[in-house]
Amino acid sequence: MTQVEFPPNTPHEDDKTQLVSEHTIHPQAWKWYDYFTFNVDHKVIGIQYLVTAFVFYLIGGLMAVAMRAELATPDADLLDPNLYNAFMTNHGTIMIFLWIVPSAIGGFGNYLVPLMVGARDMAFPKLNAIAFWLNPPAGALILGSFFFGGSQSGWTAYPPLSLVTANTAQSMWILAIVLVGTSSILGSVNFVITILKMKVPSMRWDQVPLFCWATLATAILALLSTPVLAAGLVLLLFDINFGTSFFKPDAGGNVVIYQHLFWFYSHPAVYLMILPIFGIMSEVIPVHARKPIFGYKAIAYSSVAICVVGLFVWVHHMFTSGTPGWMRMFFTISTLIVAVPTGVKIFGWVATLWGGKIRFTSAMLFAIGLLSMFVMGGLSGVTMGTAPFDVHVHDTYYVVAHFHYVLFGGSVFGIYAGIYHWFPKMTGRMMNETWGRIHFVLTFIGTNLTFLPMHELGLQGMPRRVAMYDPQFISLNQICTVGSFILAASVIPFTINVIWSWIAGQKAGDNPWQALTLEWTTSSPPIVENWEVLPVVTHGPYDYGIDNHSAVPPSGATEVSA
Amino acid sequence: MAIATSNAEHHAEHSEHQDLRVLGLLTFLASESLMFGGFFAAYLFFRGITEVWPPENTEVELLLPTINTIILVSSSFVIHFGDAAIKRNDVKGMQRWYTITAIMGAVFLLGQVVEYLTLGYGMTTNVFSNCFYLMTGFHGLHVFIGLLLILGVLWRSRRPGHYSATKHVGIEMAEIYWHFVDIIWIVLFSLLYILTLF
Repeated sequence: MTQVEFPPNTPHEDDKTQLVSEHTIHPQAWKWYDYFTFNVDHKVIGIQYLVTAFVFYLIGGLMAVAMRAELATPDADLLDPNLYNAFMTNHGTIMIFLWIVPSAIGGFGNYLVPLMVGARDMAFPKLNAIAFWLNPPAGALILGSFFFGGSQSGWTAYPPLSLVTANTAQSMWILAIVLVGTSSILGSVNFVITILKMKVPSMRWDQVPLFCWATLATAILALLSTPVLAAGLVLLLFDINFGTSFFKPDAGGNVVIYQHLFWFYSHPAVYLMILPIFGIMSEVIPVHARKPIFGYKAIAYSSVAICVVGLFVWVHHMFTSGTPGWMRMFFTISTLIVAVPTGVKIFGWVATLWGGKIRFTSAMLFAIGLLSMFVMGGLSGVTMGTAPFDVHVHDTYYVVAHFHYVLFGGSVFGIYAGIYHWFPKMTGRMMNETWGRIHFVLTFIGTNLTFLPMHELGLQGMPRRVAMYDPQFISLNQICTVGSFILAASVIPFTINVIWSWIAGQKAGDNPWQALTLEWTTSSPPIVENWEVLPVVTHGPYDYGIDNHSAVPPSGATEVSA
Repeated sequence: MAIATSNAEHHAEHSEHQDLRVLGLLTFLASESLMFGGFFAAYLFFRGITEVWPPENTEVELLLPTINTIILVSSSFVIHFGDAAIKRNDVKGMQRWYTITAIMGAVFLLGQVVEYLTLGYGMTTNVFSNCFYLMTGFHGLHVFIGLLLILGVLWRSRRPGHYSATKHVGIEMAEIYWHFVDIIWIVLFSLLYILTLF
């Protein structure tokens, strides 16, 4: 491939825009204040997503800690039960819609996808900025809803409960979710087109990094499922505010149709939250195990398989909603089938670790921690995917334990791993490994201490979403509460580590992990157009230990120090 | 914003990849059609669990919507003539066809309003009327947006040299959106009107 010389970025003659300063004409690196503007550079947007999402993570985490403190005793003595419900609802909403989805898809996806496929930016930079800037208003609506009592119907907002509690807050909640959903759709359009059409010409489909495969599957899934949630929420909004009766059984409506519409999005949503994490795992593990990834094609295609099968499992959330027998059987089977591609990935990663020269960096610790915890969560998911067992544990703490194992032990661990892994690329500085290990140990212990006892609680029949419970559950609940305090404490070393490293960490250089994917061929942080000269792909993304490959920028590229 | 503008302009003129805006719009519309899919699914669900559908006293009329349908479907052909015209570098012809399309779209919307006023029942009467007004209303909103796009194209075409045989992505996108609105209407018409005959 001939190398494309990139024309210098000079303002057009007819450009009437008054340029702010010299550095906007041809910036080599973004200044701190650029992160507070409607910037269209994918790297800026990625970091905006990550930081915003992290702020919401802290808010949602505080809600969780308040709830666990409340649950330390059987009585509702700390929080007003309505406030508990509002915390419960908004903890779920914030953690899903404003933390995991924006950070995993929006943050890492935006930052890494163009760098990994050798593009100078996303396909639609302005659209990208719009997609990000829909998030802060959504967060403001969610937080503002607390002034109106907070939405109290759980993150699923099932009618009729959502029709009778805190209607103003519920409407704000709906608008917030629609905003986030719009953001998700616009972002996904960008990802699909970027991955399909913006690959550097020398990159074949079997050289596309697995993170991009995962992001592609995620984006397709988001495109297919998110609008359906919007439809369901519009119906709910009309029911609350405009006197329609879609979900009012006494006027001919039906509440189960809401559940169908809701879960048609919200089950795929859990794959939206885990597929990018699978991608991060597929990037982190080979690099730190110094081995080619085991079963590249299997892992790539299993992402697509999860995307396809994931669209046909939503009714397993509704086994107790009076669904007919054939439906239970069909969706039990499809739920068990979706575990197969997931298992393919897990075995691929374990086989990659097998016999590798593993470097136990913080990123790798989190990745291995994820492996163990995600398997736990996945197995409890398989048990609940079978209708007979689900009828027994539905709406108990067993469910809470399961999805916290996959979402915290899976998604959040994956985001942590991703941050430790790509922080040098994003900021040009290394994170402190010692603090990273302290963070990992605290998080790992905290997670297991918090969520493991919940399995037992659920099997004994403690219902979820309640502020008061039977005194027989007190001892296990107190273990959970202690664990949640450890989890809360675990975020402190991480936050300090990030801020400190960003300011004064050790300089990272272009490729501190000796990785082979394209994002490591440019400077850290990457220059504004990513490369002076577009890189040429000469080897696969995971050819570690083969032929002594080294990832070097193409000749002629100028090193730019951060 | 200055930064964004200067960079966006710069990105928009990247010569390194082809114009992907049409593909992006198609992807978005595929997604958008699924929102209507959600409404259709809810409608069919309610139709399945209700004994008399539509319930008595909330029947739909057929004449006006049929005329409306004919207008909207034919406007799809009209807008395509406009697209063909600009591909022959005929800006005047494009403007003519697009103006006719805009008028047809406006007539369609007007027909909807007339239909709403003459039906004799409102949105909150029963579940059928809920579905009817919500689905036609949302479709009407999309028609309105399509109308704005067409008017935007006409507004921009006043500038000489803005559109030509080699530069007409905006025109193409307005056309695609209009076809989308049309296709959704055909499905909606089948469900809301024709199905009530059976």
